[in-house]
Amino acid sequence: MIDYFMVRAALAGVGVALASAPLGCFVVWRRMAYFGDATAHAALLGVALALALSLPVAVGTVLVALAMGWIVSSLGERGHSMDTALGVAAHSALAVALVVVSFMPGMRVGLDAWLFGDLLAVSGSDLWVIWIGAVLVVGLIAWRWSAWLLVTLSPDLAVASGIDPRRERLLLTLALAIVVAISIRVVGALLITSLLIVPAAAARALASSPEGMAALAMVIGVTSALCGLLVSWYADTPTGPSIVVVAAVSFCLANAVAALRKRDLSSPG
Amino acid sequence: MSLLSASKVTVLDRGRVILDAVDISLEAGEIVTLVGPNGSGKTTLVRVLVGARRPDHGSVTRTPGLRIGYVPQRVSLDPSMPMTVERFLALPRQHGRQRVAAALAEAGLPDVAQQSLVSLSGGQLQRVLLARALLVDPQVLVLDEATQGLDQTGSAAFYQRIESVRESLQCAVLMVSHELHVVMSASDRVVCLNGHVCCHGAPDVVASRPEYRALFGTGTGGALALYRHDHDHVHDHVHEHVHDHIHEHAEQSGTPESGSSAP
Repeated sequence: MIDYFMVRAALAGVGVALASAPLGCFVVWRRMAYFGDATAHAALLGVALALALSLPVAVGTVLVALAMGWIVSSLGERGHSMDTALGVAAHSALAVALVVVSFMPGMRVGLDAWLFGDLLAVSGSDLWVIWIGAVLVVGLIAWRWSAWLLVTLSPDLAVASGIDPRRERLLLTLALAIVVAISIRVVGALLITSLLIVPAAAARALASSPEGMAALAMVIGVTSALCGLLVSWYADTPTGPSIVVVAAVSFCLANAVAALRKRDLSSPG
Repeated sequence: MSLLSASKVTVLDRGRVILDAVDISLEAGEIVTLVGPNGSGKTTLVRVLVGARRPDHGSVTRTPGLRIGYVPQRVSLDPSMPMTVERFLALPRQHGRQRVAAALAEAGLPDVAQQSLVSLSGGQLQRVLLARALLVDPQVLVLDEATQGLDQTGSAAFYQRIESVRESLQCAVLMVSHELHVVMSASDRVVCLNGHVCCHGAPDVVASRPEYRALFGTGTGGALALYRHDHDHVHDHVHEHVHDHIHEHAEQSGTPESGSSAP
């Protein structure tokens, strides 16, 4: 029985890590960390609304995260600074979510699970949602890989190569919304961004190509998920934060290795 | 028939008119330079022409299947993305090692394929962008302030390279610059932009137009003479006493009737 729910938790963690690590590379390259954070906060509103309307939570979070992406980019196009647009949209969404939740008597206690995640409580149907989402996201990234790289480097060069930057940004927002929706259950809204960014940042220290960085980020993400789960099991620590702590440690290790390598290269003999 | 043309292109940005009914066209094989003060809409016009921005009014016509090699004003390189020159040139499609090597050589940068993009100097990066533009085997090469951040010698060398590229590829070139002296000497035609087309025509004609002088003063007339001397022997004497004869030179060489003002 215990084995079974550990396996389920491990599968959920691995699925989320596989999708968020390569997407996290784009979050790092495009400096979208705050955008990721904002989407995650807004997703809480999705959770609240879904529960209030008895809809599947994944549907609620994806829809609200998408709406969030759309609102922020149209505010940006209308001349508001991206930072301000994100701040306004994200925190309004978070505040509305908290207000909505206050009207739902049974929910106030359960909010913790969505803020901090509860990997060990993942159900069989959650697992399906996570893996379908992960496969969608990884497929989307693989399909649009070159286009997204070019749009990130220069939207104008992308246009000259026949790529529509607006469409690619929209697809990227969609991928982000899906990742937020599937990982909110695992690490919680507060730590989703770290799951996106930390493995990618750790991989950056050692990678020499974008593909290498994404692959390495996936390895680091999956390892962090599994090790974090073990730590949480044996030391009785909260699972989501444990995963992020392991990822943070691997970030430090990767940078240390990179620094040593550099010294070896520069020192004679 | 022109390769690329804009007709009555108007672009608005938050109520402000950036471009006002601009007409411009580019014929096969010619070098056209867009000059104008800061904020005159040069980059916007270029972006409209390459399709990066939709005009609010007016239209852009390209010959079907037109291959445009575009060197943008800047590329935001973030050191967080590991990217070699070779990989960058393969975005979004592969071109084959030999073609990449040939394009880099043509751009004057043979040995950098394995280097990281962020490790390049400004001049090297510009040449990588040129190599990238050459890889599409362009019929039109569009350069937006391609020599920004290069010193005088560096940009002169860059423009010489453009001329040699034009000769080998027989492509048309549209470039934007505010380095008037260097650019105008290498151009067949100059279009002076300040929201609308102030004037256009051969470089020496434009340099003598009152609209142009109102924007740039007369000083560039002298620089023009200085750099034009190997194209046009009549001006050799000006070379020796540039400062004394700027006005005279500009007035002599200009034949206002042959220039044309935009409507």
